[in-house]
Amino acid sequence: MAETISLEVFRYSPERDAEPSFQRYDVPLRKDWVVLDALNYIKDKVDGSLTFRWSCRMGICGSCGMMVNGEPKLTCATFLSNYAREQGPLRVQPLRYFPVIRDLVVEITDFMTKLQSVKPWLIRGKEKPISEGEYLQTPEQLDRYKQFSMCINCVLCYSACPVYGLDPVFIGPAAIALAQRYNMDSRDEGAHERMDILAQHEGIWGCTFVGECTKVCPKHVDPAGAIQQYKLTATIERFKSFLMPRGAK
Amino acid sequence: MTETRQPARYTEYHPRWYRSRVSTWWWLAQWPYLKFILREISSVFVAWFVVVLLLQIRALSRGSEAYAAFERWLQNPLIVLLNMITLFFVVFHAVTWFNVAPRAMAIRFRGKRVPDFWIVGANYAAWAAVSLVLAWFLVRS
Ligand code: SF4
Ligand code: FES
Repeated sequence: MAETISLEVFRYSPERDAEPSFQRYDVPLRKDWVVLDALNYIKDKVDGSLTFRWSCRMGICGSCGMMVNGEPKLTCATFLSNYAREQGPLRVQPLRYFPVIRDLVVEITDFMTKLQSVKPWLIRGKEKPISEGEYLQTPEQLDRYKQFSMCINCVLCYSACPVYGLDPVFIGPAAIALAQRYNMDSRDEGAHERMDILAQHEGIWGCTFVGECTKVCPKHVDPAGAIQQYKLTATIERFKSFLMPRGAK
Repeated sequence: MTETRQPARYTEYHPRWYRSRVSTWWWLAQWPYLKFILREISSVFVAWFVVVLLLQIRALSRGSEAYAAFERWLQNPLIVLLNMITLFFVVFHAVTWFNVAPRAMAIRFRGKRVPDFWIVGANYAAWAAVSLVLAWFLVRS
């Protein structure tokens, strides 16, 4: 018989269960299989009621995030073989700190609302007429924000952030990194509008720099860096408006 | 301005969700979290060294007798132990701080971001330089 690996999967049905439980499944341990393949194997062959989100299978859609052995991971990019030698079954749980809708599916409206609140789009004081052509950008200008633009909204960083876990009003890593993505864009003029949201206590100052968000990010966005850099910007701006009450804004 | 001031918002009219609570001991669950808490605690010890320094300056300004008393106080085994623990935490504080410095400092040179290695290296170099200057003063006197 081919080798197998045991998965311990978090199960919760809002209609049936008062409390969640873990269910154990044995799946073939194939070298080219990721955790998501194992879940799909279970759904197709063993238990069709298992519920989870996924789409692209290639680390782009950001929908397959789960806790794998206690760490936030994109399950489509996490190979089973990495865990083959570990003791005990592989634990698959829904992303931490979010309410669970069913099994491995979490509710992320909170993140969506926060993301919207930082206005993650280009803001212009005045649009220039189309006849004047496009807004050009040099490779250097692109390079300033490109890293932050790689975010796929997978919210792994929220599940890595104890500050968000303890105090859900914290606006959180990805939303701030995405605000920075637009603040750093040479075509954008909305930095002051965003600062009102970001410079609050629930914004950047909520962050105590645990730094785990950056470690778990599958796209190397470095939200922790974005937040610390923004703290510096906000402090400088504050001093400026203190020294030049009228001129700064 | 107050858009994020309310508690976390979620969709209305939903099936019963399961919410888990964050344990009081969350920081023991993973080594990186414990390291973070230790780094936060280390600031207490950094503050203690500042207090010791201030006491030293006060003793110095009060003449040689007061300074001798201060030195005797420093030799108290309990104080020695406390200061050894403090030294450990201060070094821990400095090292962890230097290691995260590149996250906060996005320095650009000729349009490219300066690699982390150089920023960490520059911090250590500055530390070594200051220590050398201090050591030189101590050896000379
Ligand atoms: S910053 Fe990284 S971990 Fe956070 S949502 Fe974006 S891609 Fe995911
Ligand atoms: S399925 Fe799209 S990121 Fe994993």
